[in-house]
Amino acid sequence: MAHVNYAEEDVLIRENGFDDHFHEHHHGDKYQTNFLFHYVFSMDHKIIARQFLITGIIWAIIGAAMSVVFRLQLGFPEESLAWIKPFLGKWIVVDPSTGVGKLAPEFYYALVTMHGTIIVFFVLTAGLSGTFSNLLIPLQVGARDMASPFLNMLSYWFFFLAGVVMFYSLFLSTGPFSGGWVAYPPLSALPQASSGSGTGMTLWLVSLTLFVVSVLLGGINYITTILNLRTKGMSLWRMPLPIWAFFVTAILGLLSFPVLASGFFMLIFDRSLGTSFFLSDIFIGGQALDRVGGSPILYQHLFWFLGHPEVYIIILPAMGIVSEVMSVHARKPIFGYRAMVYSIMAIGFLSFIVWAHHMFMAGVNPFISNFFVIFTLIIAVPSAVKVFNWITTLYGGNLRLNSAMLFSIGFVSLFISGGLTGIFLGNSAIDIQMHDTYFVVAHFHIVMGVAAFFGMFAGVYHWYPKMYGRFMNETLGKIHFWGTIIAAYAIFWPMHYQGMAGVPRRYYSFDTFDAFRHFTEMNKFITVFAIISFFIQLVFVINFFYSIWYGKKMKTKNPYDANTLEWTTPIEPIHGNWPGNLPVVHRWAYDYNKDEREFVQQHIPLAEGEVGDH
Amino acid sequence: MQMENTLTNKRNRIHPHKFALWAAMASVTMMFGAFTSAYIVKQAAGNWLEYSLPPVFYLSTIVLLLSSFTLHSSFAAFKSGGEQKYKTLLVASLGLGIMFVVMQYMGWTELFKIGVDLKGNVSGSFFYLLSGIHALHVLGGIAAMTVAVIHAWSLKFNVTQKRINRFDLVVNYWHFVDFLWIYLFIFLLIKK
Repeated sequence: MAHVNYAEEDVLIRENGFDDHFHEHHHGDKYQTNFLFHYVFSMDHKIIARQFLITGIIWAIIGAAMSVVFRLQLGFPEESLAWIKPFLGKWIVVDPSTGVGKLAPEFYYALVTMHGTIIVFFVLTAGLSGTFSNLLIPLQVGARDMASPFLNMLSYWFFFLAGVVMFYSLFLSTGPFSGGWVAYPPLSALPQASSGSGTGMTLWLVSLTLFVVSVLLGGINYITTILNLRTKGMSLWRMPLPIWAFFVTAILGLLSFPVLASGFFMLIFDRSLGTSFFLSDIFIGGQALDRVGGSPILYQHLFWFLGHPEVYIIILPAMGIVSEVMSVHARKPIFGYRAMVYSIMAIGFLSFIVWAHHMFMAGVNPFISNFFVIFTLIIAVPSAVKVFNWITTLYGGNLRLNSAMLFSIGFVSLFISGGLTGIFLGNSAIDIQMHDTYFVVAHFHIVMGVAAFFGMFAGVYHWYPKMYGRFMNETLGKIHFWGTIIAAYAIFWPMHYQGMAGVPRRYYSFDTFDAFRHFTEMNKFITVFAIISFFIQLVFVINFFYSIWYGKKMKTKNPYDANTLEWTTPIEPIHGNWPGNLPVVHRWAYDYNKDEREFVQQHIPLAEGEVGDH
Repeated sequence: MQMENTLTNKRNRIHPHKFALWAAMASVTMMFGAFTSAYIVKQAAGNWLEYSLPPVFYLSTIVLLLSSFTLHSSFAAFKSGGEQKYKTLLVASLGLGIMFVVMQYMGWTELFKIGVDLKGNVSGSFFYLLSGIHALHVLGGIAAMTVAVIHAWSLKFNVTQKRINRFDLVVNYWHFVDFLWIYLFIFLLIKK
């Protein structure tokens, strides 16, 4: 019989909870016995969540540092970069006569490629959805753990392995892959196409294939847990919004990542087995290659069939987290709960039929483009519903402006700013001018880059006590918030003007373009704020790791007076989450300020004559 | 308001592992959906070699169908306690499964002989890609069946819910790779 600490147990759960006889068996507890199996090969979802988070933070630092290096090149192309030679080695080419160090152009492309790959996949997919799906799904639906703790552990370790392979590729003598994070052929299909297209690309493919396995294993688990392991009374319409968001996210991942995998397999065939799925009419040094009959556009279709759902895989968890955090700290029920759920579903569905808006200028039939324009613009409708509901939730609320809440509000601000430019870019005619410019860079960084980071930060500040039993420092959190939001707008706002003027993205230098000369000062401005933004994130990193050991201790189980089930678990996390019985759910998650009561937790039965749910 | 009457614990209507398997099968289906969509798109773009499939592929299809049938009967026999029938049919299914992969390989060599090779026209590349990655999924099923065979002899014959659930997973997956091949085969016959 496992140890049950009744002092930690909620009386209501003990008396009215659901007895699943979990603690009568020894199963599971054996993998918590020693350091190696407790912290490393853990099968406990709470530990796995922290593994995802910390790995994600490490990758975020690497990815952000890369952006600082290439921003230095863009903002200060005349300055010497010899001082980073100790870190980048031969990729900083120092002129022996003047001592001026220059970033090697091929490494600039590698940095841009790796920055995208790392942030999109490792940080905002694994680090965000991996962390919070793992942490919150079992805790908020009232489950002992994931449906398959073993697959869950594998999911993390496949991610870890993907990271190891990608990290290794950074140190190749030919450099990591440098053909853009989308890995379009022929740069990705022909090993001789560029220095990063050889081993760098091979490792990129291996790494991302491992990553796809990780996402699929995780996604299968998330969906199965949500549908099969909800506690008694937790009907779908009583699930907190983060769970809905993780659920749709997992479905998107499960249905779209295999399509990317199919593209990868064909790419591997093209690279290693001599097929020509994506290759045709290639001339190298005036000589035609004998690889004919393929189509590079085919890869773009396969890639973006994942690529577009992928941006919702990134943003939906952030939306779910923000909805929950806002409702808790505004002390109000989330406005339009069902509309929120339906809009998550609508966004999820629409995300599958808009992929070609990434390819308007790639030679897609303009009549087909119209179809994609219309559905792209329709996404504005559910997105606007969500924004309206967030603002209405805030309206008249008794706001606690702590770090988590600030980041949630910041998320909405960024989502509006970035979302509006999406309406421009979704239009295939405007794309003739805007495609591949800094307008695109500004759009997606605001709407799914910085915004998703804000959702992630909101989640980290809010659920930190649930992860570590301590709070993060609020003052540092607020400095982090204000610094980040100002710097983020200062970086990406000016890029819109550059984009409208036609400044192309991914260029190493604009020396030869007279038309863009007047952007020199603006580029300096952007770079300065990119550097500031980077150092402000270090405030967060320090706060995060310092608070693990020295943060203010969590003294009560439910420090925010929140309704969801994770705040009924003991302060000191245990295997199986609840000692003794599982809580039984009697109401939805958003009974704030109802019938003179400030908050009513989900496991509290309805009072005499009380009307339940919403 | 009578809340408690509306509360039903919906868990265990389907075993979570089986549900997870179905989710995984949905995922694999999407991958093959992507391959066949790419096939259609590429074919419509022209420069497409047409050829007839060697007859061995028809035979391998029959073998795979048969293996699904024997495995299903083995599962039925297991549930009703027919130990001998269960063991015989299980081994037969494994044998048929291995035979399928061997016949696919023979088919590939025959295709190669008539001049349809992997590196040539994209239509040939697609055939090897589709049937090759399908064969990898069949190998996964063969691995699962091998474990089932080992269990059939190493464990005492005992019909427990746990073993039924486990066997059910193998049967489900095997039917899935079977249906997947039927889909691919019909697709390749119609769209060659």
